[in-house]
Order: sequence, then C-alpha cells, then structure tokens
Amino acid sequence: MSANPTTPDAVGQSQAQAVELAAPAWRRVVAQTAFETRMILRNGEQLLVTIILPVMLLLGLVLTSFVDLDTGGATRVDFVTPGVLALAVMSTAFTSQAIATAFDRRNGVLRLMSTTPLGRGGLLAGKVLGVLAVEVVQVVVITAVALALGWQPDPAGIPAALLAVLLGTAAFTSLAMLLAGTLRAEGVLAVANLVLVLLTVGGGVLVPADQLPGPLEHVALLLPSGALGEAMRGALLDGSVPPFSVVVLLGWTAALGWGAGKLFRWT
Amino acid sequence: MPAPAVLVHDLVKRYDGRAVVDGVSLTAERGAITAVLGPNGAGKTTTVECCEGLRSPDAGRVEVLGLDPLTDARDLRPRVGVMLQDGGLPTGVRALEMLRHVASMYARPRDVGELTERLGLESFARTTVRRLSGGQRQRLALAAAIVGRPEVVFLDEPSAGMDPQSRHAVWELVRELRAEGVGIVLTTHLMDEAEDLADHVYVVDHGKVIAAGATRDLLETGADGAADRTVRFEATPALDLGGLRDALSGVGAPDGAAPGAWAVAEPQPGSYTLTGPADPATLVALTTWLAARGVLASRVTVGRRTLEDVFLDLTGRHLR
Repeated sequence: MSANPTTPDAVGQSQAQAVELAAPAWRRVVAQTAFETRMILRNGEQLLVTIILPVMLLLGLVLTSFVDLDTGGATRVDFVTPGVLALAVMSTAFTSQAIATAFDRRNGVLRLMSTTPLGRGGLLAGKVLGVLAVEVVQVVVITAVALALGWQPDPAGIPAALLAVLLGTAAFTSLAMLLAGTLRAEGVLAVANLVLVLLTVGGGVLVPADQLPGPLEHVALLLPSGALGEAMRGALLDGSVPPFSVVVLLGWTAALGWGAGKLFRWT
Repeated sequence: MPAPAVLVHDLVKRYDGRAVVDGVSLTAERGAITAVLGPNGAGKTTTVECCEGLRSPDAGRVEVLGLDPLTDARDLRPRVGVMLQDGGLPTGVRALEMLRHVASMYARPRDVGELTERLGLESFARTTVRRLSGGQRQRLALAAAIVGRPEVVFLDEPSAGMDPQSRHAVWELVRELRAEGVGIVLTTHLMDEAEDLADHVYVVDHGKVIAAGATRDLLETGADGAADRTVRFEATPALDLGGLRDALSGVGAPDGAAPGAWAVAEPQPGSYTLTGPADPATLVALTTWLAARGVLASRVTVGRRTLEDVFLDLTGRHLR
C-alpha cells in the first residue's frame, strides 16, 4: 500500500465522531428554513402570489360589491378575511412551494443538498418550516390590513384558526410535493397557478361552498380548499371549526402525503 | 489497513431494463486522484451517483470509506463532498450566500473567505447564480463540494464550461486536496484532464470498464519502460498490417527492438495507428514501405500515446 498521508485517527471514525463533523441537526434545519424563507420573500413572482394577490382580493371584496356575498349578517370584512387567510395559506403551501421545489428538483438542488449533512429529511423540514415562516408574514400583513378595514374576529376562535392553518398547510404542502416530485418544472408552474385560480373561484375558499352554483356546492365542501375556507370562517366567525372540515383536511393530507411519499422523484 | 476512499464491485444499474452500468469495479485510494474517463453516456455519472447515495445499485457493492452510501448515509454525508454535473445550485441565490449556506451544514467548515479567494469567487460573490457563467458556476459548485473538509470528493465533469485559467486554478486545488490526503474521484471525457491530473484512470464505455491502471502505465506500454510514441497516418484502407509491423521492427534492429515492439492497428478503415519506440528512422521505414506499394499517405502525425489512443485502440471509436 502506498504511503497514506491520512492520519490514522481520521480514518475509521466512529459514528459519534462522524456526527460531530456535521453542524447539529437543529442548526442545519434552522439554516435551511431561513434560506428557504429568504428565497421565497425575495422572489418577485412569489411575493405577488403570496402577499399582493391576497391583499388585493381582501381590499376588492371588502371595499367593492362586485361580488355578491351573503354574509349572513356579518360585516363584509368579518366574512371575507377568514377566506383571504385561507387563500394565503394555499398560495404559500401549495403554489409557491410546488413551483420552488419543482425548479429545485430540475436544477439538481434537491440532490446536492441531500448529499450534505442536511439530508433529505432536513431539506423537507426546512421547506415545511419555511412555508410556516412565510405564512406568519402573510398573516401579519393581512391581519393588519383587515383590522384597518374594521375586522373584528372572534377572539375565542383564534386557536382554532391556527389549527386550521396548520391542517391546511399540511394538506396543501403534500399536494405541492406530489406535483413538484412528479411533473416537469414548467408543467408544475402552469398547473400550480391554474389550480390556485380554479380553487379560488370555485373551490369554496372566498365564496362559501353553499353559495356556489350547481354541483359545486357539494363538491367544494369535499375539496381541501373548501374545507380550509369553512374551517377558517367557522373559527373566526363562530369560534369553532366544523369537525367535517377537519376530517376532510386530514383525509387529503393522508392521501396526498402517501402519494407524494410513493411517487416523489428526486431527479 | 484503512478502507479505501471508494470501492465499487460489480456494480450494475439499469434504467428501464437497460444496463447503463454493467459490472463496473473500481477502487479509489485516499490521497489520490482517480479519473473515470469515457464518452457521454458511458455510465460515469450513474456510477458516481451510486457512490454518492443518490441512486441505489441494482446489483453489486459500493463502499465509501468502508461504509454503505445508502444505509450509512447519515455518517457519510459530513465526510463526503459532491460536485454534481448540473451544479445543483439554486438560481435565485447569490454566489457567496450559497457557499455560506452549505458551510453552515458543517461543524467546522473551511474558511469561506479563504476558499472564495482561492477559487476567484470574489468578482461574482454578490451575483445571483442565474447570472453566472458556466465556469463561474462550476467553481462555486467545487467550493461547495469541499467547504465541509470532506475525506472523499466526487467531481462530475469538474471543468466543463471552464476557461483555461479557472481550469488551472481548479486543478491546483484538486492536487492540494490530494496532498492533504483526500480521495478524489472525478469523471471526465477530457483526455488531458485525466492524463495531467489523475493517478489512476478507469476507462469506461457502454457501462463497462475497458481499461484501468495507473495513468503512467496506461500511457507507457513500451517494452523497456521507455515512453512509447504513436505514429498515426491515413491512407487507403486494408493495408497489410503484419507486413508493416515487420518493416517497422526491422528499423530498430541495431538497438535490438523486438519484433513485437510495434503495435499496428487500423481502428477505422484507412486510419492507422503505430505504437512503439518511434525514432526518425521509423518515418523513413513507413514511407518507404508505403512507396513500395504505391500508397500516398494523406496525413502522418507523431505523438506521445494518449488516453485517446488507448480508447481508440480498445473501441475503434474516438472518445468524443
């Protein structure tokens, strides 16, 4: 064997030593979360979909009456804001994340980062936490605008609303991963935007399912968008989340998460 | 004895039933540069991806630092650096920001400032990856691969798209890593990269290793250890190779060149390679022999045997 300059103790390291070579797991995930969040908040197109679009819809629906809404006695801002928050969750957890992950996959970013100590698990954790971090920004901005418009949410419903946000995030992030891990990046770009528009118009997010025309009334309740809209309105208007919506969101999370786990391709 | 940097034994990887890697075996030592050389589509990238834990082999064994890239991934990742062929860099991030981010995954990374200077990254440190040239991306990707002080580094086509100057900087750095004891595996389809840089070369084609050995041994196959030279010429196809070899072997008779000293081949019709102890008299012998047959060679060149010649001899095809 030729002379080997590697010192003996650098060779055959025990597991404990090897782990020390990497930054601690929590620090890796925090770093990835900050990285993902910065990437989203710095990207103009993503900001348009995640922040500007929801705020414009909030202003448009509250200040104008182009869209006829049966608010059931509530003020327009009280009725519309929960739906706008639901839409904000969808835009970040689904559209924005699907597009970002699809391009990361195409550019080899997923493969490269999975060879670093971060690994696939850390990468996924960073992405999910990045989504939640962006959602915090969205909620702060939308809440500020809504309060300025006179929004008076039911304080008792705030914990339930947070639960609904988490459930919605889980379902829509799973859908994002399913798309991003199976379709070409350009395809994901098109589909993720189109689906967001369709769900916004007819998916029971802003306009409640029971006010939608024809069969949509029944279909929308079963969609993750309709369930999230109902859950947010239930929490912030009445102080409680309808159990049916919770079941629907959990069902979608399980099904989409299973599908993504099975079908996601890293290359 | 410590495990080698990389050990691949009878690796098979199929895509849609087609074996892209078909029984590859190779060993890469620590403190050495090992090149996997072959044309595009030979299975080079797939082979290293199996070593990086990015693909699971269909058959065979892969060990990196004595560990399994798939089942021991968690232990291996901090000790292995990877530079992917397509870079793997997110497009919206600034160059230096990306390098710092990758560095944050390690407990004691290299000094980012020093690495930035070494690879000349300062000039585009604040430029987003999207706007970098191919060579700049490659240098950034190399920096990201070694920032964690790996013991083994995989470089997939490291100098693709690089200008000669940055290529030189990269080669210098790779040699320095070798001196520090790092095991380096690089894939390339550039002969000069393998010849100048690698200690060991594995020539792969159609998913199989067709030649392997110390680079020097592959290039110098002369009888007395003297560097062989290759004479190449083009003429009418189907010349009498045996007769030509005898004619050439007669040349060196005073020095006692053995009849087998010359390897004569026609890898492509009308294109001939003569490998052996060439000297000025060789050309006289060749042209005399050709003249006696009324054949006019359209081109005659003399050069050191290259890996291109090795590949040509083995496959009858050019590497590119």
